[in-house]
Amino acid sequence: MTVGAATASKGGRARIRWGRVAIYAVLTAAAAFYLLPVYLLFITGMKSFQEVSLARMWELPSGLHFDSYIKAWLGKESEGIRGLSANIMNSFYLAIPATLISALMGSVNGYVLTKWKFRGADVVFPLMLFGMFIPYQSILIPLVQTLQRLHLYGSIPGLIFVHVVYGLPITTLIFRNYYAGIPSELVEAAKIDGAGLLGIYRHILFPISMPGFVVVIIWQFQSIWNDFLFGVVVTSRPAVQPVTVALNNMAGSYIVEWNVQMAGSLLAALPTLLVFIFLGRYFMRGLLAGSLKG
Amino acid sequence: MRHMTRDRLLSLLLIAPSVIALAVFVYGFIGFTAYSSLTKWDALTPDLTFVGLRNYAKLFTVDRFLCDLRNTVTFTVLFLAACLLVGLVLAILLDQRIKGENVFRSIFLFPMAISFIVTGIVWRWLLNPGTAQTGSSGINLLFEKAGLGFLRSGWFTDPTILYIHPDSGLGTFLARIGLGGLANPYVGISLAMISVVIAATWQMSGYTMALYLAGLRAIPDELREAARVDGASELQLYRHIILPLLQPVTLSAVIILGHMSLKIFDLVVSMTGPGPAFATDVPAFFMFDTTFRGSNYAQGAAIATLLLILVAVLVVPYLVYTVRTEAEL
Repeated sequence: MTVGAATASKGGRARIRWGRVAIYAVLTAAAAFYLLPVYLLFITGMKSFQEVSLARMWELPSGLHFDSYIKAWLGKESEGIRGLSANIMNSFYLAIPATLISALMGSVNGYVLTKWKFRGADVVFPLMLFGMFIPYQSILIPLVQTLQRLHLYGSIPGLIFVHVVYGLPITTLIFRNYYAGIPSELVEAAKIDGAGLLGIYRHILFPISMPGFVVVIIWQFQSIWNDFLFGVVVTSRPAVQPVTVALNNMAGSYIVEWNVQMAGSLLAALPTLLVFIFLGRYFMRGLLAGSLKG
Repeated sequence: MRHMTRDRLLSLLLIAPSVIALAVFVYGFIGFTAYSSLTKWDALTPDLTFVGLRNYAKLFTVDRFLCDLRNTVTFTVLFLAACLLVGLVLAILLDQRIKGENVFRSIFLFPMAISFIVTGIVWRWLLNPGTAQTGSSGINLLFEKAGLGFLRSGWFTDPTILYIHPDSGLGTFLARIGLGGLANPYVGISLAMISVVIAATWQMSGYTMALYLAGLRAIPDELREAARVDGASELQLYRHIILPLLQPVTLSAVIILGHMSLKIFDLVVSMTGPGPAFATDVPAFFMFDTTFRGSNYAQGAAIATLLLILVAVLVVPYLVYTVRTEAEL
């Protein structure tokens, strides 16, 4: 009896071990698939111009060469290559204010929609929400016309405006879900104590809103930084284009070597990658909020 | 009491800018686009003469648009299947008390932080098949080195469309039962689209993994224990208890990824362009070309309106359902 039990558990344990080896093997193989493009990005960007050939694309570089990064950042006038430095700065000038404004507006909207619910709020909210699902193609034509009339077309303030407006649905959603979790008794008690709408927001809700703000800011920053469609439609002059548009132009040009394209891609991806590496868990929360599950 | 009414007014004033902005920039603009699609506006200067559904009727005779519809179906089906499968498998594996779970999770998720433009550029080089002069490159070269040369492919340069030929046995059979329309290159699978699916899955499958993992973590341990005590094998546990409980997660994933795949634009622009014989073209790209390069605004507006209807059919029931169930709670 004892012996039988022992062998059974031994057999079971051995089987489980093999199962675990298989699990780790599959996970490692999957990780290799996800990292493969990053590996190629890194080694290609580090190669010197002489080393770049399609036949040797998987080989490691002979040393650390930064020529490609310098060329991708500064460009080279003699070859007609525009660097990405100005466009990366454009992306910062546009993503930071647009993120902050849309976050703040989303927070106020979330506050009103949960703690000062008005009649019809349950209809207004889903109507607002629909704005984050629409294909933006369906608003681009009047958008361009309107921006031209407002003298905002082709400028960074114009792009900021666009990103704020179309960012409102998601920022409102995340803050609404966040404030819904904060007991209304807190607000009711403050009302009885004579606090007004603004006072309650400033002294009670805003100070405990930081986790909400972190999630919204990270989410908005990465989606605005990565946007291409609004950038390409609203800005036509290379000097004001965000980095995604400039990078796409660079990659579409036959005179730019592919190691420079790779270096440029890494430069363009770096800010959001760093945010992901250091603030990944907040990124996760934004992700799950984006699927309406709060 | 007066104090309350003043705050009530103030609350409405605070939310008004957002509500008005979205009313104009979402609903007003959609209305304008929809109206433009019914006009003669085919040059830079607006010409809002009403022509009815003529632009729509014309679209369905344009080769590029019919290719786009075919490609969207191919892309949506394959992309959803790949993301759901990869995401579910990775989530279940990660849920087995894995050492280094955080590292694996971050590796599967980081592509989401990158723009589709970067993804497109990198995968264009990875799946660049190479030419007779250069020899194989990218993934093809890796296959060759690993002795798997038979896996080499033309990837996104492959113009092959898989479809039922009208003269084939199946084609004549379909024609006889009145379904001859199905034997048609527009009802087929564009092989080049598979390359775009691979790149998009690389970027988005981590998202389904995260959704499923959150879903798995929400299932109480007692439930699994109870099933094991009742003698259920691990396989039965997943098939009969866990997978059914994950259905709501699958639904959200299908809505989110499905509406993304209908709108796909950036990735195609940076990775392949329209491709050989529009093998990788998509409606969003066609709309962009028609409108902003070809100045055929009415035609572009018609494509955009059709795209919006497709997305609305998918998303609106889900939105209504989510808000309703929330109201009942």
